[in-house]
Order: sequence, then structure tokens, then C-alpha cells
Amino acid sequence: MSEAGNDEAAPVVWESGLEIKPLYTPREVEGSGGTAAIGLPGEYPFTRGIHPLMYRKRPWTMRQYSGFGTAQETRERFLYLIKTGNTGLNVAFDLPTQCGRDSDDPLAEGEIGRVGMAVDTLADMEEAFQGIDLNRITVSLTINGAAVPIMAMYFAMARKRGLDLATLRGTAQNDILKEFIGRGTWIFPVDPSVKLVGDTIEFCARHVPKYFPVSVCGYHIRESGATPAQEMAYGLAIACAYVEHALARGLLIDDFASGLSFNFDIFGNLWEQVAKFRAGRRLWARILKEKYGARDPRSQQMRMIAGGGGGGLTIQQPENNIMRSTCYALASALSGTQTMALCSYDEAYTIPSERAARISLRTMQILMLEIGLCDTVDPLAGSYFIETTTNEMERLVSAVMDEVEGQGGIVASISSGLIQAAVSRQAYEREQRLRSGVEKKVGQNCFVEEEEEERAVLLHPYREEEAKRQIERLASVRRGRGAAAVRKALVELERAARAGENVMPAAMDAVEAYATVGEVCGVLRDVYGGYAEPIRF
Amino acid sequence: MSGGEAAPIRVLMAKPGLDGHDVGAKVVCRALIDAGMHVVYTGLRQSPEAIAEAAARLDAEVIGLSVMSGAHLPLCQKIGAELRARHLEERLWIVGGVIPAGDEQALRELGVDGVFPIGTPFEEIVRFIRERARP
Repeated sequence: MSEAGNDEAAPVVWESGLEIKPLYTPREVEGSGGTAAIGLPGEYPFTRGIHPLMYRKRPWTMRQYSGFGTAQETRERFLYLIKTGNTGLNVAFDLPTQCGRDSDDPLAEGEIGRVGMAVDTLADMEEAFQGIDLNRITVSLTINGAAVPIMAMYFAMARKRGLDLATLRGTAQNDILKEFIGRGTWIFPVDPSVKLVGDTIEFCARHVPKYFPVSVCGYHIRESGATPAQEMAYGLAIACAYVEHALARGLLIDDFASGLSFNFDIFGNLWEQVAKFRAGRRLWARILKEKYGARDPRSQQMRMIAGGGGGGLTIQQPENNIMRSTCYALASALSGTQTMALCSYDEAYTIPSERAARISLRTMQILMLEIGLCDTVDPLAGSYFIETTTNEMERLVSAVMDEVEGQGGIVASISSGLIQAAVSRQAYEREQRLRSGVEKKVGQNCFVEEEEEERAVLLHPYREEEAKRQIERLASVRRGRGAAAVRKALVELERAARAGENVMPAAMDAVEAYATVGEVCGVLRDVYGGYAEPIRF
Repeated sequence: MSGGEAAPIRVLMAKPGLDGHDVGAKVVCRALIDAGMHVVYTGLRQSPEAIAEAAARLDAEVIGLSVMSGAHLPLCQKIGAELRARHLEERLWIVGGVIPAGDEQALRELGVDGVFPIGTPFEEIVRFIRERARP
């Protein structure tokens, strides 16, 4: 024990509960499990990254979340983003689309195109991506509850363009389990929701093998109040639930596991994030290899988008958020992410302005091009501190996963509302720590400006005209399509759903016949029923 | 802590519209529970009718809405009508979330009594309810 002389130092405890020493030496590394599992980048267990050369060969992708209004407006925004240097697109859909409702549904009133692009039929998808080379720009679809019709539309669009689905790349978020914890765009009950994710995994494994059908999100769980260790543990547990579902269908692990990717959150302590990612990468590799018998290294590799989250930003003195986000992007790069995104400095109180979104992109570009982050692979490796905390974080994350298992597993814990209650309690406790100043937040609970400037909260003005045009467009698509073909496809979809078969082929036929998001989800809602949210405090 | 004999103030907290971001709503629920109030939370995606119905059933003294999507004006217009249809227009009606300052007046004209944009301290909401729920 080397604690003598340290008694005077105030304790430092990370959010995840790890107590941090003032000094790390080889002794701590040994005590925490040693260096045997560090390995080499590109090699099992991938602690140092999933590629041998990482950013020396290929820097991270920069992909900002965007989309609003109609497909036409969204397309203009996409073209602008590509022109400014974004190498991927992250598509935001409006809430009716995300909840499986058409623009002419009474529930959509006032929400059409408000927080993302309105998509009713394949015609909208085709318009949004017109003139964009889907082989050059990787597209990520932020869609969960309504993933079946939206993914089907994306694939149908590619097919109509003459692209080979066998080589089509891209990502869908499609992680429904986290929607029950945070974000809330579920449509169906928990079990059929998982089954639908399984349908997309199976469909992609067979027909769109280069596509990533699921991006498991710790991000929203963390934003809802989870600690970094819980974020990683719940994310891994959710990923395992999808893996086990796919295995139970008879898929072979190496036929689909490489299609699972991850989406994580960054805010808070820099080192805690780095340890979280290195530990998580190692744990995922171990689970895939040891528990599920994956032999293909690609199945064992944790691919991720790791971005600066809104949870760390403040409404007060919002320019300070630029500095915070710079540190989050730094953490992301030091953690070996594949893709990076940053919340904009004004995102704590408004929809990002173009200027703020550009600053986020420039932040990532400055880190990539000016300060040497791409010089060498995993520059923090071998640090006594980083390797010790990586070992300790791995143990912590494992412990949380065991705890979930002990409660009956992640699906049961989400169905009963147990996880939701736990994270929202933590969100409340954190809020109280911020109020009392126990947790410091510059500009919010210390170094507060006497006269805080009035912040202009800008929302995209809701344009009734645009909404009306979207509804008219939907009506015109409905008039122009072959009604018999739509009917036939929807009947087949219902049959497949009732029979417990994979619904994706029928959904593809339906959307190709210009069936709407609401019609496809309506059929599935009839079969599966709706979801009754467990309310627990 | 004071006036321990009085029955707790009954609050209905609701998420109208399609927006699924409920961290704020849940955190405020807890703050009100901690302040000794009786809080019922509706969960996500409640229709205006369902919210007014739940308020009537609870005989809520306070009706709180959380809206993060920007759809607060059309939603409050409909909810106001449903509350009036059930003679609940005198109940204390508060709205929180991403609310531009410019919309506050329009919300008040729809009958909203208090507007609490994100970042409002809990104590301010608690104080407002204590002062205004039981005139």
C-alpha cells in the first residue's frame, strides 16, 4: 500500500464510483489486473482500437445530426453539409415519422417537419437524397420505432437507383430498447419491438451485408441520468439481447454480429470517458468471443460513434460550451472512435443555428488537422493511470451487467420500468448536486455572471404552409399509386407479422408500392398492439 | 414542512404531443414529490382529451405540461379547450420545456398561468405552486 502521505488529499471519485488516487505507478497497474489485456490495436481484445493503424490510415468520420421540414429543404441542407466537409449524413426525422404516423394523421398536427424531415412515402426519401451519391456519403438514419418502413424505403431507393444491396453501406439507429429508457419513440410493446429489430438484422445479414442495421445507444441512457459505467453496461446488455434474439432465430454469430455498432455519449470527466471506451471495447470483444463464440474479428470489434452530448452543456454563458465540446471531441479521439459528432454550443436551449453547427464541425476539423491527434495510434496506452482505470472500469461495467442479469435481464428490467426509475432518480440527484454546487459547473453554479444576457431561443418557425404542402404531397402520392398493389402488400405484411415471419420482405414490397409509414406501422400496430408505459418513481 | 395537517397539493404532470424527451418531466415530478405534493405522471404521448380526463379524475389542483419539441402553442390551444370543457379552467396550469420567451404571452392568452423554460430552478416552480394552487 502506498497510501502514506496521501491522506491529506481530498478524495476524487468519478461519477461511475471509481476512487482516483493522486498518483499511479506500475504497482497500481499490476494490482488492477496488469497489462496482459492491452494488446495491439487491430488485435483482440481491441483495447487500443479496432484497426491496426487507426487515424494514420483513416481519420474519424464527422457526422452532424440534421434535417427539418420537407424532403426538399432537407436535401438542400444535406448538400450544404457535404459542401462544408461533412463526410457522412445523420438524418433527423420529424416526430410523426418517428412514431409511425403520417402527416395527415390528427396526431401529427403541429409536429410536421418540426424536429426533422417529414417522410410519409418512398417519394419523400427519393427527393431528399436526389443527387447524393450513396456510395460516397455514408448515411445514418436516426429511426427506431418506425425503423422497418424507413429502412425498407432506404433499401428500396437504392435498389431503384440500380445500386447493389450487397455492397450498400450505411447505418440505422434502430435500437428500440434504449427508446424505452430515454428518447421515447417506441410504438409497439417491448417483445415484438425486439422481434422487429431481429427482422432487420436477419434481413441485412442475408441481403445487405455491408449495412449496419443497429446502432446500440448508450448515449440516450446516459443523457437520461445513467453514469458512464451504467451507460456502457446497459448498452452492452442491450446489444447482447439483440445478439441472443438473433441466435435464437438460428442466425450464426459471425453472419450478423459485425452489423452491430454503438453510439455513446461524452460529457464529464475526460479520463473517465477514455477508460469507459477502452474498457467497453475490450469487454465487447471478450463477450463476443467467449460467450457467443464469434471467430471473425469483425464480430468482436466495437465500432462506434462517440459524440459530445448535450448533458454537459449549460444554458448560462453558452459560449463556454464551445470549450466543453472541444474537450469532449478530444476525449472521443483519444478513445479511438470511428465517427464523431458534437452538440452545438446553443443546443442546450434551442435548435442549433447554422453558425453554431459550423463551429462544431470546425472544432472536429481543427482537432483532426492542427494538433496531432492522428499522429499515432492510441497515444494514451501504457499510462499507469489510463491502464489501471481501464482495468477498473471494465470490472465496474461487468458488475453492472451482472446486476442487470440478476434482475432477470435487460429486457425484463426495461419492461418493468426498473432501469427507467433508476436512471431518472440519478438525473434528479445530479440536478440537486448541480443546484447545491457539490458538482461544479462554470457559469451555472460558480463564476456566475451577475447579469446573464437574455438568450434568444430560436425554434425553426413552424410553417403551416410547408405542413400543408407535405399533406397535399402525401394525398397526391396516394392518388397516383396503384391501390391494389398497396393493398396486396399490406395484406401480405399482416400475414407475415401474424405468422411470426420476417416482415422486411413484405415491408419492402409495400413501400415500393408507395405504402406510407403510417400504413405499414398501422398494420404492425394492429398485430402487436400498443405499448403501455410503466410509470415508476 | 410547514402546515403538516393540510392534504398534499394534487399535481397532474403530463407529456402531450409526440415528443419523447421526459427527463425534465420526471425530474420535476420528483422535485414536487420531495416538496410534499401528490404527483401523478401520465407518461408520454398523451392526447389533449386524455390529459384533461386525467386531470378531472385526479381532481388536480395543478396541471403541468412538459413540451420540448416546440409544439407548445398548438398543443396548449387544444388542451385549454379540453380543460374548459371539463370546467377545469380555474386550476393552476403550468408549462415547461423549450419555450421561447416570445411565446410566453401567447401561452398566457391561452390560459396558462406559469411558464418555466428549461433551466428554471425547482424551488421557483415549487414556490409558484405553493403560492398559487390554493388561492
